[in-house]
Amino acid sequence: MSKKNEDSPEVATGQHYTTGNHAAAEGSLAAGCKFFGGYPITPSSEIAEHMALRLPKINGNFVQFEDEIASIAGILGASWGGVKSMTATSGPGYSLMVENIGLGLMTETPCVIVNVQRGGPSTGLPTLIGQQDVMQARWGSHGDYETIAISPSNVQECFDLALECFNLSEQYRLPVTLLMDEVIGHMSERLVIPPKEELTIISRKKPTDPPDKHLPYKADDSLVPPMATAGEGYRVMVTGLTHDERGYPDLTPEAQDKAVRRINDKIRLNKDKIIKLEEYMLDDAKTAIVSFGTSARAAKGAVNRARKKGIKVGLLRLITLWPFPDEKIDQLADQVDRIIIPEINYGQVTREVERAAHGKTEVKGDFRLGGAIHTPQEILKEIERN
Amino acid sequence: MSRVEVRFAGFGGQGIGLMGRLLGEAVALGEGKNSVMTQSYGPESRGGASSADVVIDTDDIDFPKATDLDYFVVMSQEAYSKYIPKLKKGGIIFVEEDLVTLDEHADKAKKIFKIPATKIAESLGSRLYANIAMLGFLCANTDDIVSEESLLKVMKTKIKARYVEKNLVAFQKGKEHQ
Repeated sequence: MSKKNEDSPEVATGQHYTTGNHAAAEGSLAAGCKFFGGYPITPSSEIAEHMALRLPKINGNFVQFEDEIASIAGILGASWGGVKSMTATSGPGYSLMVENIGLGLMTETPCVIVNVQRGGPSTGLPTLIGQQDVMQARWGSHGDYETIAISPSNVQECFDLALECFNLSEQYRLPVTLLMDEVIGHMSERLVIPPKEELTIISRKKPTDPPDKHLPYKADDSLVPPMATAGEGYRVMVTGLTHDERGYPDLTPEAQDKAVRRINDKIRLNKDKIIKLEEYMLDDAKTAIVSFGTSARAAKGAVNRARKKGIKVGLLRLITLWPFPDEKIDQLADQVDRIIIPEINYGQVTREVERAAHGKTEVKGDFRLGGAIHTPQEILKEIERN
Repeated sequence: MSRVEVRFAGFGGQGIGLMGRLLGEAVALGEGKNSVMTQSYGPESRGGASSADVVIDTDDIDFPKATDLDYFVVMSQEAYSKYIPKLKKGGIIFVEEDLVTLDEHADKAKKIFKIPATKIAESLGSRLYANIAMLGFLCANTDDIVSEESLLKVMKTKIKARYVEKNLVAFQKGKEHQ
């Protein structure tokens, strides 16, 4: 993006030709993000770089911390200070963050973590694609929790879904992961940013009761308690220990049951509102492709090629990876003879599809281990194989 | 579908990435078509191998990388040797003739356009304009990539103001080269 655009306000309305990483940064800014704390890592560094240029110009703050552990701690603190906050990293950095992501889940702290996936495990393939952190985004931290992770397939979606991540994190009060990948992060495409007034921006509910009567973890039917900012006169209690509605540690099975059940149920019971899917040519399909991120582009190309040959195949693109669309997969398993899952890992989404299909249809993964992406022709071959 | 794949390749410092960005943006914002630009480069900021791919299509671009090049725009010997196998049979080569010696692998090309882009740039005061001279040459000799109008518009907004004028001259010189 040009210097000129970087001078513009929070929402860089207009047409751009830019990378997925810059688009994710702009989507975050448009959502109202005012704090970025991070430690640069390939292939996500351009997000930090872009935020470092943009945030100081719109009354925001950028901090490069000493490592990823401090970065996630910093954005949790910023969130309790009342601002929308984020970090961006890749697999190795996310690994360092998972402990404090758990703290964010237990303390119901809204924030956004972008993971631009590269090949792993460990240092793996720093500059090349992977989609191997799907399970980490779900189960990386210890304990029982539900979480949200979203996966864009093009540059426009990096903007749209970064904004959506902030909205969901504010609405449901939890850390939300934007699970990108190296190819989407680094490639350039057209990005159209609408005028500010056309964007839907959600911010956390604030308490309305008097400060002396306020219970910071008492939720209404939404199961999401209003969140006071430190310094507004309300008592702000933040602890990773199991806590009661006052926020005081309460280390009993009863308190644990109540607290942990609620932080899970606030997502479980709203799955239908949270989950976003793209269904493409599925109506009469006998074979379904389930894919996400960069892989879903080639999958769609394969569906188009197969349809030209008269093969009844469709695509279910998982925009939301977590919570997983169990019901949709279950329906699909009733309809189709086979589900193929192209993914750049050794079977992470495939395992979920197997679980949700309940043995009613054949489930087959089409794996790349990282570093390269499927071509539409390769997926077509898989479709044509009997 | 009318997918067109263009690869710019040379060494770091020649402005290969800029060529890709200018073309990609001119197509996507000026021509109403889709384009995806991807880059690859070595760890060195100058001297290492550098390439930029632009995939152009009226439909959605399902595969973002170039695999079967319609156009190969090449500005170094190393890049030529590395990528010539990727040129489609019947594809077209644009070559910096003073920096690249073609071999029998180029026989599969339908056409080969040669330009001393670096010399042209040096005549304008700096070899840094070679990439834009090449872009002008490419634009003048193709009709399914991009219009001159879209490209010039992007150049005026994306190139630093104090360098625009010289680059426009380089573009013109490349365009006029026979």
